[in-house]
Amino acid sequence: MRNIAIPYLIDCQVNRHNLILNFKIPLFYSFFKSLVGKDVVVELKNDLSICGTLHSVDQFLNIKLTEITVTDPDKYPHMSKNCFIRGSVVRYVQLPADECDTQLLQDAARKEAAQSKQ
Amino acid sequence: MANALESYIDHTVSVITNDGRQIVGTLKGFDQTINLILDESHERVYSNTQGVEQVVLGLYIIRGDNIAVIGEVDDDTDSSLDLSNIKAEPLNPVVH
Repeated sequence: MRNIAIPYLIDCQVNRHNLILNFKIPLFYSFFKSLVGKDVVVELKNDLSICGTLHSVDQFLNIKLTEITVTDPDKYPHMSKNCFIRGSVVRYVQLPADECDTQLLQDAARKEAAQSKQ
Repeated sequence: MANALESYIDHTVSVITNDGRQIVGTLKGFDQTINLILDESHERVYSNTQGVEQVVLGLYIIRGDNIAVIGEVDDDTDSSLDLSNIKAEPLNPVVH
């Protein structure tokens, strides 16, 4: 299944002659969608680390993980098999190096930065 | 393309809040900002020294700003837990 980035409208300007629409393609949303099914470790802003398989992600970068385990010593006597993590509390998402093409990501980020500068 | 909480509706969930509390209840509803409606909820207070204390809350609405994690609770595993014997460090609050 192709992962297609869905552009969303960030700006709209109207003058007498035309309508200018400014779209933004969510880069990291697309990146995470390409990682669905892979094992990741999510470190949260409350210092909790949760290891699991990436089930899904949404436009706010909320993350749903399945088959979770807690990586740190069990300060966390929790017993779910899956969880939903709000995007705003994620500090890091750790992935194996071979799941990520850093060159591609860097180029894409540079392009996006250039586009948003205009 | 919504990564929805729909699959957790009417299930028991455990919510970790930004101030490090754990609240367990039945998820009745949610919205885009992850505000939640939890029925039959109770807070579990963990400590290093004594067993888990459960504070009964009832029907709660938790504002999405304050929510860190929502875990789906397996009722069988949960009922087999002996809460009076579990000791754990309290969770850290979320620091942005």
